[in-house]
Amino acid sequence: MTSGSRLEKLLERGEFAVTSECGPPRGADAGVIRSKGELLQGFVDAVNVTDNQTSVVRMSSFASCIILKEMGFDPILQMVCRDRNRIALQSDILGAAALGLNNILCLTGDHQKFGDHGGAKNVFDMDSVQLIQTVRWMRDEGKFLGGDELKGVPRLFIGAAANPFADPFEIRVPRLAKKVAAGVQFIQTQCIYNVDKFERWMVGVRDRGLHERVHILAGVTPFKSVGMARYMKNMVPGMDVPDELIERLKGVAKEEQGAEGIKICVETIERLRAIEGVHGVHIMAIEWEEKVPEIVKQVGLHPRPSA
Amino acid sequence: MIVANRKPLEEIEGMIKGYGKVILAGCNECVTVCSVGGEKEVGILASELKLSRKKDGKDIEIKEVVLERQCDQEYIEQLRSFVDEYEAIVSMACGAGVQFIAEKYRGKPVFPAVDTSFLGVTEEQGVWVERCQGCGSCVLDRTGGICPIARCSKSLLNGPCGGSTDGKCEVDKEVDCGWQLIIDRLKELGQMDRYEEVEPVKDWSTSRDGGLRRRVREDLRL
Repeated sequence: MTSGSRLEKLLERGEFAVTSECGPPRGADAGVIRSKGELLQGFVDAVNVTDNQTSVVRMSSFASCIILKEMGFDPILQMVCRDRNRIALQSDILGAAALGLNNILCLTGDHQKFGDHGGAKNVFDMDSVQLIQTVRWMRDEGKFLGGDELKGVPRLFIGAAANPFADPFEIRVPRLAKKVAAGVQFIQTQCIYNVDKFERWMVGVRDRGLHERVHILAGVTPFKSVGMARYMKNMVPGMDVPDELIERLKGVAKEEQGAEGIKICVETIERLRAIEGVHGVHIMAIEWEEKVPEIVKQVGLHPRPSA
Repeated sequence: MIVANRKPLEEIEGMIKGYGKVILAGCNECVTVCSVGGEKEVGILASELKLSRKKDGKDIEIKEVVLERQCDQEYIEQLRSFVDEYEAIVSMACGAGVQFIAEKYRGKPVFPAVDTSFLGVTEEQGVWVERCQGCGSCVLDRTGGICPIARCSKSLLNGPCGGSTDGKCEVDKEVDCGWQLIIDRLKELGQMDRYEEVEPVKDWSTSRDGGLRRRVREDLRL
């Protein structure tokens, strides 16, 4: 074990993990995080907290993680390279570990163009691959990037994202290999709707034996409506939504589209579970956290094992 | 070359509002090539300023000059003989030229007529695109001759990110994904094995982050 992470313990034990996600509020109300946490309590092994996702300013991931930690969760601190340089990143890594956080998800971060502060200066002192390297270096070598010795190493379980659907497809496996080489231990993927394409990616992953070196958690997001499905297909870069899913949602009455979306999500998870090398599922129910328990129960992944 | 954009007329007018006699100085180098601050553009701006003053019932005297380069002292000196007859100088050169004039003519207010933008190339007639950010430590040997710092919107050294779609950048559909270009070129060169080499954290101290950059060639100094 490289950390005190509950997620690491379960994955190393060969359990099929369930993680979910919590978007912090656009304000200082800790109650929002607590009520989202309450919805997920007992249904997931770990909860990601997003770091100013889509560059819209929100309560910090760090603070929100601490609130969830106080509730008994083992949160996954998402950390993006957009807003902090290597000085701030290393400082936050130490702070997170000192406050008992066990998991970190190393991300590049969305460009600020997509957010509510388009005039912001971005940082990108390093990228996600280099952030993985940095955490691993601090934890395993006990040193700062600058070379000085750390007094107390951050024992963190290191994660990252992978998008099997972005272009060019042919480098999507090599890119994962780069993250593995950098020291990543678990991967949460982009939302999977095109399971056939994901399977093709997994073949490439297995051909190189990467599934034995990193735990892959397959990402899913239930559709609330056909409108959301269309938006994901047309407006979100790197998202692959097959037309047949849009047709399927279109085929049911508006008030039943949410239920159909959950059904699609459950079927997707069932297919994903059967793929060799998929060690868990990451359910991103965007502003729909209350549906996570239902999904977890329907796929027979409840109750969650104790660590 | 250094590529710039002409500032809007109203902005330039605002800067020189209180002055009746100004020098308008173009530059015969980069800003001429990118059609923003050469002889032709000096003439156009001078006419615009005069017309606009006239509309307000006022007058302005403009001395139009085009210096060979505003980044070399010997050419900037060419303003010396008549500078005292004017109240202010408007420069159409890049920011380096504007500042050099300000340094050499300390008593004269100097105003920029262009916004200096980037180091780039003429991709086609009338289209200039960024190529280099002057990071001071070139990586082009490892990236197929295509710069990830200038051409990836996030300057990723281990790209592409998840937002690359059909060869385009998520930030702007008109912009090629820099990493798609790198990958295509590495393939053409038979160097795809390079793609999997993890590029370590970069030392940005050679870039602007290291403070003002200076280059000295002792053998050339007088």
